Amino acid sequence: MNKILLVIQREYLVRVRNKTFILSTILTPLLFAGLITAVTIISIKNVDREKIAVIDDSGTLKGNLENTKALSFEFPTGVDSTNYIAKGYSALLYTPAGDAENYKLISKKQFGLVAEGQLEDKINETLENQLLKSKYNVDIKELERERKKAGSAKIEQTYKEGTEVKKGNSGLAYGIGYGSGFLIYITLLIYGTMVMRGVTEEKTNRIAEVIVSSVKPFQLMIGKIIGIGAVGLTQFLIWIILLIGLTSAATAFLPHETLQQAQEASQQMPNGNMGSTAAGAAGGFAEFSSTLAQANWFLIVGCFLFYFLFGYLFYASLFAAVGSTVNEDAQDAQSLQLPITMPIIVSIIIMINAITNPSGSLATWSSLIPFCSPIVMMARIPFGVPGTVPYWQLFLSMILLVAGFLFTTWISAKIYRTGILMYGKKATWGEMWKWAFKKN
Amino acid sequence: MHLLQLQNLKKYYATQKAVDDISFSIEQGSIFGLLGPNGAGKTTLLRMITGIFYPDEGEIIFNNRKFDPLNDTLLIGYMPEERGLYKKMKIGEQALYLARLKGLSKSQAMEKIKYWFTRLGMESWWNKKVEDLSKGMSQKLQFVTTVLHEPKLIILDEPFSGLDPVNANLIKDEIFELARRGSTIIFSTHRMEQVEEICDHIVLVNQGRKILDGTVQGIKQQFKENLFRIQLANKPAEITSESFSVVKEASNQLTVKISDGSSSNDVLKYFINENATVEAFSEILPSLNEVFIRLVEGTKTSRQFQNVAV
Repeated sequence: MNKILLVIQREYLVRVRNKTFILSTILTPLLFAGLITAVTIISIKNVDREKIAVIDDSGTLKGNLENTKALSFEFPTGVDSTNYIAKGYSALLYTPAGDAENYKLISKKQFGLVAEGQLEDKINETLENQLLKSKYNVDIKELERERKKAGSAKIEQTYKEGTEVKKGNSGLAYGIGYGSGFLIYITLLIYGTMVMRGVTEEKTNRIAEVIVSSVKPFQLMIGKIIGIGAVGLTQFLIWIILLIGLTSAATAFLPHETLQQAQEASQQMPNGNMGSTAAGAAGGFAEFSSTLAQANWFLIVGCFLFYFLFGYLFYASLFAAVGSTVNEDAQDAQSLQLPITMPIIVSIIIMINAITNPSGSLATWSSLIPFCSPIVMMARIPFGVPGTVPYWQLFLSMILLVAGFLFTTWISAKIYRTGILMYGKKATWGEMWKWAFKKN
Repeated sequence: MHLLQLQNLKKYYATQKAVDDISFSIEQGSIFGLLGPNGAGKTTLLRMITGIFYPDEGEIIFNNRKFDPLNDTLLIGYMPEERGLYKKMKIGEQALYLARLKGLSKSQAMEKIKYWFTRLGMESWWNKKVEDLSKGMSQKLQFVTTVLHEPKLIILDEPFSGLDPVNANLIKDEIFELARRGSTIIFSTHRMEQVEEICDHIVLVNQGRKILDGTVQGIKQQFKENLFRIQLANKPAEITSESFSVVKEASNQLTVKISDGSSSNDVLKYFINENATVEAFSEILPSLNEVFIRLVEGTKTSRQFQNVAV
């Protein structure tokens, strides 16, 4: 036991003290935050204000068309398509004489999607307001005031959990599920590969035999796995702290107005296919943080840690086994690694599918199988326990994962023990099978 | 007293009998040579002694008890042939880590490391990394980490490979010193001149079996061919005698083979009677190299794969 601790200590310290680790740990969230901020600011500042001359012979729009962030409307006289640019307008808008005709916009350049969307919205709004006013005699300003007072309706999902009635929020559950599933996916790949490289390094450096004359191969393997797992946890912890710090710094640093602008910008985005998710994220942030409190954080964080830990342990030992069979050739490592990374990649595909239908049979079954349960189950849990995920499924999934971890570790330890002392050729799957099931 | 006894050890792999019924014992405080051509089963044998492998059959008695790999490995220092160190780790930390894995406390380990680093002139290495060392330097470090915890049994597999003569001598002196202080040393190699110089007792294995076991002097006696070298001031014109025959002749130096039933004195008598002045007379003992080649020759130079029914 004492020796495992020593191995863990070494594996941990060597990696944590590494300059690359320190840099990537600190720079990644900074880069990410910087990127989001930059995109947000650019998406706001980049909207040019267009001055539009409206030729309104029918008089339907005059006095009713409000200016927006991107557009300002004027109703000058003596402006036509020959001189509007000289007079400082960027476009000319003709209102149709009859009902059949379209509005015509003449300009030198193609309008941005935002500007065009806003223009259309504004005209429609004005027309609608006029219609309301003329036909039903509704004062639109008064209506708005009333509407604000009453507030708008939002769907409040409730479901029964035991005797307790809880509020549901599938958007939030989707976000948490997706986020945690993806986080586990990335963790498995990054740290699994790190374990594999560590083992291969020990073998190719020829230190493995020196070490296993002092400690049992199993102790060396499990020490490495735990040590690297601890490195992962440390990295996550630092990231979480940095992200919280940066978010609060950003909220303090960015004026409130900017955040609002971002929110508006993201709402005004037609169909939101501008790819400006950053603006969306910034805009949704306010709403998101107000609903965050509704989630069952205790359960989710607990389960996340469980699935993160055992999912990592389940795969890490397999990665260690593969690492032990590889020699100097990096290509061998890649081809041997594939059968282990495949189930992880398949899991994320299942997860993306399962999250839209968390009670479906695909989601249910794959959240029980240890190969994909860490990723898929984490996507289901935020939808509610025991609502979406019954207790028996959760416990069965956990038991199977722990059993799976014990099994992969047992098998891997046997392959590892033989593999790290084999020099020269790369092992075949058949040989590994033999090592795994021989008697001692 | 025997520190280590191997009794009928067997280890079969899928395609080879790596170690096939080998027994021998090693005296406490002796320097023991384990010899054999490549692929003879030396490494497998050593891995069983260090507890890395379990024998399929047979027993290892260490320190008068059945070998317990879990605890007894602390009393063993093993420098494998395929050896290395963590390239990116600082040398001091590395030595400390390896010593602590052997069960030393931090303060004990520090004390020992300081002693050895001073002894071998490695004080300035502490904060360097292994990748900064030359091959010979890292070999020296490897040796230090092997013997640091003062093991009762030190196993060195090809310890001099990659060392220049000065450093090789340095290590050789340390090996003698360790043996003098009571450590038992197993020395595995196929470099015979080193064995002759260092070892008290040797065992020769080939194709998984022991083919020779004895002291260096004893083996030389066993394999001697009654050859003598004689140097004369004035060589007689014709040499004919029943007690010996001339095997080689070069100016005034003769190599003679003594016939059965005769002794070296008969040779001397003959030359004295012939009025030839004898300047030098000595027995030619076979070198271990010759013994080795004679024993191993004839078997296939590389091991063949065979089917093993277990």
